[in-house]
Amino acid sequence: MDKVMSNRLVAALYVLPALLLLLVLVYIPIVLTGYYGLMQWDGIGAMTFIGLDNYTRLIQDSTFWQSANHTFLLALFSALSLIGYLMIALVLSGKIKGANLFRKIYLIPMLLSSVAIAQLWLKIYHPSNGVLNSFLEAIGFSNPPAWLAEPSLVLYALFVPILWQYAGFYILIYYAALKNIPESLIEAARIDGANPWQIAFRIKLPLITEVIKVTVVLAVVGSLKYFDLIYVMTDGGPNGASEVMASYMYRQAFRSFDFGYGSAVGFFLLLICLVVTWLLRKATASKDTIQYS
Amino acid sequence: MPVGPETGHSPAWTRRLGYVLLYVLLSLVALLQILPLIWLMLFSLKNNQEVFDMAPFALPAQPRWENYVKVWTEGNISLYFFNSVWITVVSVVFTVLFASLVTFAITRMRWKGRSLVLGLFMVGLMIPVHSTLIPLFSLFLKLHLTDHPLSVILSYIAFNMPITIMILLGFYYALPREVEEAAVMDGCSVNRIFFRIVLPMTASVIATTAIINMIYDWNEFIFVNTFISSDTYKTLTVGVQNFIGQYTTDWGAIGATLMISILPILIAFLVLSERIVEGIAAGSVKG
Repeated sequence: MDKVMSNRLVAALYVLPALLLLLVLVYIPIVLTGYYGLMQWDGIGAMTFIGLDNYTRLIQDSTFWQSANHTFLLALFSALSLIGYLMIALVLSGKIKGANLFRKIYLIPMLLSSVAIAQLWLKIYHPSNGVLNSFLEAIGFSNPPAWLAEPSLVLYALFVPILWQYAGFYILIYYAALKNIPESLIEAARIDGANPWQIAFRIKLPLITEVIKVTVVLAVVGSLKYFDLIYVMTDGGPNGASEVMASYMYRQAFRSFDFGYGSAVGFFLLLICLVVTWLLRKATASKDTIQYS
Repeated sequence: MPVGPETGHSPAWTRRLGYVLLYVLLSLVALLQILPLIWLMLFSLKNNQEVFDMAPFALPAQPRWENYVKVWTEGNISLYFFNSVWITVVSVVFTVLFASLVTFAITRMRWKGRSLVLGLFMVGLMIPVHSTLIPLFSLFLKLHLTDHPLSVILSYIAFNMPITIMILLGFYYALPREVEEAAVMDGCSVNRIFFRIVLPMTASVIATTAIINMIYDWNEFIFVNTFISSDTYKTLTVGVQNFIGQYTTDWGAIGATLMISILPILIAFLVLSERIVEGIAAGSVKG
């Protein structure tokens, strides 16, 4: 038994294809991103070493900080929206008939590509023929705004489809966690005279704290990487009002052919993702984990 | 309003009112989640005049299926569609196979460096694809793999490997040791144990990971958009994006194009919804 299952040659053969792909396509590129960030490079021609110039430029680049602000704002919105998703999951996890059906309907947008969602919401927001402004005009607003063309509105307008897309995902996670709580615990609390509010906030929520922490990390880190939907809907516009870090990186590299500077932005994005993940995990780490099994 | 339906000692009528309010709330959210898609389906069956003149949710007098025929036959949508199908299938098969091999070697076999390898895959979960995009592009350029489907397929396999392994892990840890013990007694080799015994035993979790991978690969955008430039190898997500550019004013054609791109996933969801729900839950909570 031991001999067969500790056959190193077989283990290597099983692990190597995947490990090689991981190293060559994920790990080496992130190192190279940091390295390219030190170069003046148009992506095709020769590279010139310019030291930390790209990184100092990054720090002084107000357009970059504007896009970073938008990214952080999206992360904040996403984290706050979790409260709403949690409330819906709490309701859904009670003895509601058809809970399964609701949960599945909520999930549908999450299955679609961001490009399809973006194209659909472009039509919803269409200034004259979109369903949103048709509705607003029908109920008496004579001059509804062109949502995606207003610098002050565009970020909020983009957040709605994001909210719509991910609602079912987070509701599903919370629902699954809430359903995992043993019925006997809730029954015991009820016998002790706890009312529904107390059961929800004093028993159910504390028991799924770990899952809530994971979703906060997922939502925040997911927002840092947000790209597809914004790229298709506004391409960062109007005039940079919806530019985020990932779209700024893409623009610098693949539109302006400034691959060195684009790499610096990409490397910064990587560092932020890792640091934020680490900080959030540390900030939300609990000393005692709850055991109820 | 009660938060849960456990309304304890409250009188029957408040309990009933609470239920009604909860249902109204849940139904409202459900409606908001599907109304945009219903609207999309409706305008995909209308012409421009009907889109602009009729109420948004009015049924078309006669459904214009010709929108679908037109976009399917006129442009490259059918080509993009089949590219999406084969690229997704190849990527999913290799991702799931490689991930199963790795998970088996890590959880069931004994060798030094297991935890390091597992750690490498799990850290991979946190790495944003955008930070790797520029080096990947230049790597594929050097290997003459830009504008080649292999660039996209290899990227899908590498980037979906961590999440796939994560879902498989719990399942593999739970397999009883006796399985291998009995097989080794009977003189089975490792390969035989893996392919003939363990792989069939994990069929259900393999199905789950395959579906999750399918959804990711089918919808992927940034790799195709960056690496592929000619229409021959574009997939639906990118193809749809360019295609719609040609039809900026024909809402029926745009609607039909979008419907074609999302229908396979919607149909898969109708047939396999339980497994998809399970897979998404498994792929997220354990992080």
